[in-house]
Amino acid sequence: MNRPSRIPTADIVRRSLPRRYKKERRFLIYGALSIVVCFLFLGIFFSGIFRMGWRAFFETRIKLPIYLDPELILPYNIKESDYGLVISQSLQRFFPDVTSRQEKRELSKLLGAGVEEVLKEFVIKHPEAVGSAVEIWLPAGDGINLINKGVISKERAIQAGLVTEGILQKFEQLSSDGRVSTGFNSRFFTSGDSHTPSMAGIGGAIVGSFYLMVVTFFLSFPIGVGAAIYLEECAPKSRLTDIIDININNLTAVPSIIFGLIGLAIFLNFFKLPRSSPLVGGLVLSLMTIPVIVIASKSALKSVPPSIREAALGVGASKIQTIFHHVVPLALPGMFTGAILGMARAVGETAPLLMVGMVAFVVDIPKKLMDPASALPVQIYLWSDQPDRAFNEKAAAAIIVLIFFMIAMNSAAIFLRKKYERKY
Amino acid sequence: MSVTFLGIFILFLFSAAYSFGVKRALAISRENSVPIRDFNSLPSYHGAYIALQATLPCIIILFLWFALEPVVISHILRINLQKIFPGIPNNELSLWLYKIKAAATGESSFFKIDESVRPLVSMYITLKHSSRWILSGVVIVVGLASAAFLFQRISPQLKARHRVEAIITGLLGACGVFAIFVTLSIVVSVLFESVRFFRNVPLWEFLTGTQWNPHIAMRPDQVATEGYFGAIPVFAGTFLISFIALLVAVPIGLFAAIFTSEYAPPKLRAIIKPVLEILAGIPTVVYGFFAALFVGPFVRAIAEQFQLEVASESALAAGLVMGIMIIPFVSSLSDDAMSAVPLSLREGAYALGATKSEMIKRVLIPAALPGIAGGMLLAVSRAIGETMIVVMAASLRAKLTLNPLDAVTTVTVQIVSLLTGDIEFDNPKTLSAFALGLALFVMTFLLNLFAFLIVKKYREQYE
Repeated sequence: MNRPSRIPTADIVRRSLPRRYKKERRFLIYGALSIVVCFLFLGIFFSGIFRMGWRAFFETRIKLPIYLDPELILPYNIKESDYGLVISQSLQRFFPDVTSRQEKRELSKLLGAGVEEVLKEFVIKHPEAVGSAVEIWLPAGDGINLINKGVISKERAIQAGLVTEGILQKFEQLSSDGRVSTGFNSRFFTSGDSHTPSMAGIGGAIVGSFYLMVVTFFLSFPIGVGAAIYLEECAPKSRLTDIIDININNLTAVPSIIFGLIGLAIFLNFFKLPRSSPLVGGLVLSLMTIPVIVIASKSALKSVPPSIREAALGVGASKIQTIFHHVVPLALPGMFTGAILGMARAVGETAPLLMVGMVAFVVDIPKKLMDPASALPVQIYLWSDQPDRAFNEKAAAAIIVLIFFMIAMNSAAIFLRKKYERKY
Repeated sequence: MSVTFLGIFILFLFSAAYSFGVKRALAISRENSVPIRDFNSLPSYHGAYIALQATLPCIIILFLWFALEPVVISHILRINLQKIFPGIPNNELSLWLYKIKAAATGESSFFKIDESVRPLVSMYITLKHSSRWILSGVVIVVGLASAAFLFQRISPQLKARHRVEAIITGLLGACGVFAIFVTLSIVVSVLFESVRFFRNVPLWEFLTGTQWNPHIAMRPDQVATEGYFGAIPVFAGTFLISFIALLVAVPIGLFAAIFTSEYAPPKLRAIIKPVLEILAGIPTVVYGFFAALFVGPFVRAIAEQFQLEVASESALAAGLVMGIMIIPFVSSLSDDAMSAVPLSLREGAYALGATKSEMIKRVLIPAALPGIAGGMLLAVSRAIGETMIVVMAASLRAKLTLNPLDAVTTVTVQIVSLLTGDIEFDNPKTLSAFALGLALFVMTFLLNLFAFLIVKKYREQYE
């Protein structure tokens, strides 16, 4: 009669409970681990880039007495004078023990490649100083710079041929004389690209990115908002609007490089617009940004309650009047938030810009929309491709600037949303 | 006559037409002693009507002119060049055109211009100049004439408001259709160049060939190997890297979504969500930088510890970083899918005595599966279309391999490497990039469409 296999269900459950709880705990740990991985990555990521990049914001300077020889710097020829010679003569006067030819050549490595420019700027600013000896802070050479910032050890720098023993001794001597300092590298923000890392800056790239943003905003915001208003308010629900809707959703998921391809095939090859110009880059970026703005604007319009429309229509406003006098003003903060987020995405976009030739080596800071220009993300790409570690450092510094921009834009969007968000 | 001048003219015309229109309507009301309330439209609508109707044609003319001017001028120059050099091949013709334009803009010291072509340089300059003058004339005449004509028509009966609203609706509609236009132009431009490619290289070879080496001779006298356009290794590399990326992103993203939505207390959630958003907002070029300079060397160092042979640009490094990039994407999409599952299903599971993890595994995930699957498809499409990470961290050489420590190339890397620098549109090397672009577009388009349909169908189930 009695079946031994029949155990009360409660017992089965009770017996299985420890096992199930253990599983539960394991599951929870997996979840927590995945979050930890994200945090860990972000931590490594930011600390790595910051540790690499912060040095590029600073430069090593050496104070040297420079005799502004009036025979070399002629008053009518200040801009064309041979400042390299002025500097090398002053260096020799300062280090009288350097005599051999090779040593003299090596001595020039003490200073950076752009010292002539710095001296020229100084003389243009103080023409009265010509003929006298002045003490000027000059940027140090790349090798010295890396050692002073602690990027590479002295031994490795000598091995790599960046500096020689003699130069290093001179540098240490200068250092103990208080002639060496580390200061903020403002040239990093004002100058264009260069072949020598110490002279390269993101000034041109920032201006290029700014032009790109201007073109993108003025094209994509009106068109995106217009399309959203049409789809949400004007057009009757039809097959056409359905197709447009699906289309816009699809466009947001099209790889960015495809937009570069149409930029190349249509704007460059067919319309013959100038290569590498912010105008073409901006056109391509606006094609990518428009769908983002349409979707954000549509949801902003959707969040305006129908009662407002009905009230306006009820007192006799026409449809367009209802939309532009009542609905759009209420939806505008949401639209702007979407636009800022779309622009933040566009400012970091690189691939389509490579396609329309914005990878050129651009030294001059662009002045017009048609000038060849670079952009911040493209500059990062170019510098991180360089084998020279000093350029990689610049790339990391440019990343810090770019991320700072993006955080600023995103905070602006969040601020807008918080400030103008309405609950109906 | 510069473009700026025309822009200022149009702005001026707009504001002048508006204010004159308003004044005219008020004047008519006074002269004929018709009160404004008996007008069909308010004076401001009369002003807006004239302003819009007068400036819109000008703007359209301006845009069409700028779009067509270079095409027409190039065509005229081509015809003249063919007269000078009968039977000149097409690519030399383009070179001449380029030289003429460079000479006209003052970069002539760069090229030597034959005496026979000299007249064409000045012809180009004259054409360009006269084109601008004609344009300015046309715009000014059309703008002023239409403004003057409409000015006469202002009357109490004029349905200015209806017309203005019709114009505005039309403009909005044009913006709406723009999206279709963009998609069409993608399809047309990419398809057009691809067809030209497949005229040179058979489609079958492209789809089944196992050798990819598009670097063929650019000039006839150059010595180079013949190009191979078998895209299989390129696609294989793309899928290998995407697969690695998904191996990272899917479990981490899914568990991150489950943890944030089901387990994390609100305070923790308020920290996790922004962190994931930051991950999503980092530009891909920054991920690429990280992959190339940090993860790549790290992977190599680890592999060398185990005496493994590893390429300097391994698929693993690119895939890992790409996976991290996709995590927020996967987690937010699966979060959406899971939060759409009605509360009653969860409560039913709890009532039967399920633990939280059992509820999630047996009820929540199966119920949300279509949505999650749709999200995964979107993630796949993201991974195969991702460009900067692979451009910076993957290799250029196409190799057919499954070894994640080996160097592989991807579709996007090939497109970038084929199309950067100076390019000519009439050789298979350039065109092959468009064929790859077409393949990429079709793949991602199908994945997106499929994902969209799944998600849409699934959402409706519980509504």
